Amino acid sequence: MNFDFSEDQKFVQKTARDYLAQHAPLSACRAVLESDQPFDRNLWKGVAEMGWLGTAVPETYGGSGLGYLELVLIAEEVGRALAPIPFASSVYLATEGLLRYGSEAQKNKYLPRLCSGELVGTLAVAEGPGDLDPGTPAVQFDGGALRGAKLPVPDGDVAGLALVLASEGGRPTLVLAELGAKGVTQGPVRSFDPSRSMARLDFDGAPAERLGAAGQGGELLSALLDRAAAIMAFEQIGGAERAFEITREFTMNRWAFGRPVASFQALKHRMADLYAAIELARSNAYYGAWALSHDASELATAAPAARVAASDAFQLAGEEMVQMHGGVGFTWEYDCHLFYRRARWTGAVLGTASEWREKLVARLERQFTA
Amino acid sequence: MDFDDTPQEAAFRKKARAWLEKNAQPKRPDEVGADELGEREDPGAIAAAKAWQAKKFDEGWAVLTWPKEYGGQGLSRVEAVVWNQEEAKFKTPINIYGIGHGMLGPTLMAHGTKEQKDRYLREMARGQVVWCQLFSEPAAGSDLAGLRTSAVRDGSDWVLNGQKIWSTGAHYSDWGMIVTRSDPEAPKHAGLTYFIVDMRAKGIEIRPIKQINGGSGFNEVFFNDVRVPDSNRLGGVGDGWRVALTTLMNERVAIGGGAGAGRFRDLFQLARQARRNGRPAIEDSAVRQQLADFYVRAQGLKYTGLRTLTALSQGQTPGPEGSIGKAVGAPLGQQMAAFALELQGAVGALHDDAVVPQEGMWQDAYLGSPGLRIAGGTDEILKNIIAERVLRLPPEVRVDKDRPFRDIPSGSVKK
Repeated sequence: MNFDFSEDQKFVQKTARDYLAQHAPLSACRAVLESDQPFDRNLWKGVAEMGWLGTAVPETYGGSGLGYLELVLIAEEVGRALAPIPFASSVYLATEGLLRYGSEAQKNKYLPRLCSGELVGTLAVAEGPGDLDPGTPAVQFDGGALRGAKLPVPDGDVAGLALVLASEGGRPTLVLAELGAKGVTQGPVRSFDPSRSMARLDFDGAPAERLGAAGQGGELLSALLDRAAAIMAFEQIGGAERAFEITREFTMNRWAFGRPVASFQALKHRMADLYAAIELARSNAYYGAWALSHDASELATAAPAARVAASDAFQLAGEEMVQMHGGVGFTWEYDCHLFYRRARWTGAVLGTASEWREKLVARLERQFTA
Repeated sequence: MDFDDTPQEAAFRKKARAWLEKNAQPKRPDEVGADELGEREDPGAIAAAKAWQAKKFDEGWAVLTWPKEYGGQGLSRVEAVVWNQEEAKFKTPINIYGIGHGMLGPTLMAHGTKEQKDRYLREMARGQVVWCQLFSEPAAGSDLAGLRTSAVRDGSDWVLNGQKIWSTGAHYSDWGMIVTRSDPEAPKHAGLTYFIVDMRAKGIEIRPIKQINGGSGFNEVFFNDVRVPDSNRLGGVGDGWRVALTTLMNERVAIGGGAGAGRFRDLFQLARQARRNGRPAIEDSAVRQQLADFYVRAQGLKYTGLRTLTALSQGQTPGPEGSIGKAVGAPLGQQMAAFALELQGAVGALHDDAVVPQEGMWQDAYLGSPGLRIAGGTDEILKNIIAERVLRLPPEVRVDKDRPFRDIPSGSVKK
C-alpha cells in the first residue's frame, strides 16, 4: 500500500512552502485585500519564475514537465499562504482546459504564455446567482463572435484569455476568447474576498474560437471542473490547516479563568472535530489526486467527494477561527477574516458544495446501476 | 501514489489466499460477517471458533505478529492486515480472540515473567482457552483508574472483592486479566495491581447484561473473596496502571471503513425504494444532499484508513490519530441508521423482519450503534485523546490526581 506522495514530490512541496513563507506572508494577502491592486504582481512573477504555472504542462509547451501530484502539493502551499494571485483561474482552469481540449495550434499559441505568467487565463461560466453551469447559456456564440454577459468570472478583470461556455445554435459550446480584443469589456466587481478578484465580462461581438467540438461544451466543462476541483481541494485544505494552526496557537496563549482557553474541553472537542474534518478532507483529496494523475474514471466520484469535504472543512475552519479568537476574531486587524473570506471564495468559484453533492449523487446513481 | 502491494506483501497475500481457498468457503459478495456487539454466542458457535483457530495455529496462520517462541510467525503488522483482508472474503466462524490475542497476549509479553509467558501464551494462541478483560466497573468506565475492586494480600495469595462490568465473552472465557486496587491510601494511579485470574475460581459469579438490542455479549463479573496466587500477578505491586496502559494501547487500529462503505450502498438502495412526495425518495433533493454527505464522510474514513496502512507498510507506527476512525465512524453509523429509519417513515417504527425493508438491518443498526459510540473509548474520551495527544492541547484540570484514593469524592454517600 503506497497511498502517499513520493519523497521527491514532498521535496517540491517543501520548496514551495519555504518560498511562500518568505515571499507571501499573510501581510501580502492583506495588502491586496486592502488596496485596489487586483493581485500581487511581484509574487505572480516570482511564482512563474519558479515554474509553478506549468507544473503539469509538458516542456514542449513551455511547462516544467512534472505532473499533477506535484501540482496539487504546490496548490496546497498556495492555499496555506492565502497567496493573492490568480493561480487557480490561470492554472487549474485555463491552462488545464487548453492542455486537455485545445488543438495543437491553440496549445502552441497560448500555453507558453500561460506558463510564463505573461498571460493570465480564466474560465467564464456563471451567469448570475444559482448553479455555476447555466445549462444552456444566455451568452451566444454565432459566426465566430460572442454576445452576452458572464458574471462572476474569477480574475476576469486581469485575465487576457478566457474559456467561455456559450450557446451555439442552442447547444453549449466551449470557446476561447482573447480578452484584450475589441468587443470585450472587463468590469471588476467587488469580491467577497478582495484578495481574489472577480469581474463581469461583457461580450459584444468579441471574436472567439471553439475549444473542442460544437455542442460538446457541457461535457468538456464538466470534465474540466472535476479536474480543477480535485486540485483546488488541496488549496482549500492548505488554507484550512493554516487557519487551524493559527487558532491552536492563539488558544494556547490566551488565558481565562486561570488557564489557557485551549484547555477547556468545549474548545478541545471542537478542535478535535476540526482536525478530523481536515484529515478526512485530505484523505478524499489524496484519492482525487490519485485519480487525476492516473487519468482514472474514478475521478467522476473522487472529485466531488474531494471538493465537498475540502469546502466544508475550510468553511468550518474559517468560522471556528473567528469564534475561538473571541472579540478580536471579529476585528479587521486580525487575520481571521482573511481565512473566512477565502473559504467562501474557493467554496463558490467552481460551484458550491451543494451543487457538487448533487453532482456526486447523480453519478453514483449511474455507477450503482451499472 | 498507488494501492499496490510491495513485492513482499504480494507474495504473502498469494500464500494466504491459497491456504484459505483450500480450507474455507468463500463468501458471496453481499454476505456480511457476524456482529461483534451482538448475540450471546451459542456453544456451537464457540466450538466452531475454537476449531478454526486450532487449524490456523497448527498450520502457521495464527497470531501472525507474535514472536515464534510464543506460537506466532514474527510477521509485520501490515502482513497481519493483508491476512485479515483475505480472511474476510471467506465464511469463517465468529472471532472470539480479538481481546485475548490483540490486547492481553501482548500485555503478557511485555510484563510477564518467563514462567508466565511459557505457561499461557502458546495455549492462548491456539485458542482452546479463551481470555477476557476485567477492567471497567460500575463506578469506573471512562475514569478507569477510579476502579475499586480490592486486592488484599493474604499469605502467598491475594483476595479479591468487587465487581467488574462490560466484560465481553466472560461467560465462555477460561482466564481473565484484571486490574485491582491494592492500596487505597495511595493516589489513584499508584495503588493498582494487575493479575491473571482463573475464571473458574471459587467466588466468581458471572451474570449476563442484556443490551438495548436484546443481545447479551457482555457481563457483570462479581468477585467474592476470590483467591489469586501471587504467581499470577503481572508486573509489580502498585504497578498495575502501567501494565493496564499496555493493554489499552494495544487496541487494534481500525484500518479502513469497510463496513461504512457497504452500508452506504444499502442506504442508497433504500432511498430508491422508499417514497417521498409520490416519487422515489432518491429524487428528493434533501435526501440527495444527505446521501452525498454520508458518502463523503465514509469515503474520507476509508482513505484515512489507507493512509494509516501506508504508514504501516512503510514501517512507521501509526499514532493516536487513528482515533479519528472511531470518533467519526461511530456517530456516522448512528446517523446513517437514523436517516434510514426516517426514509422508512412509520415502518421505521417496526422491527418485524418479515415486513421491514432490508431484513431490519437499519433497525438493528440504530439499536446497535449507540454501543459503538460508548465502548472502547467514548466519542468524548476519543476527542480528548485527539486534542491532548495529537494536537497537544493542555490536559484537563484534575481534582483527583494527587490525593489518596480514599479521599476522592465519588458522588456516593459521604464517608
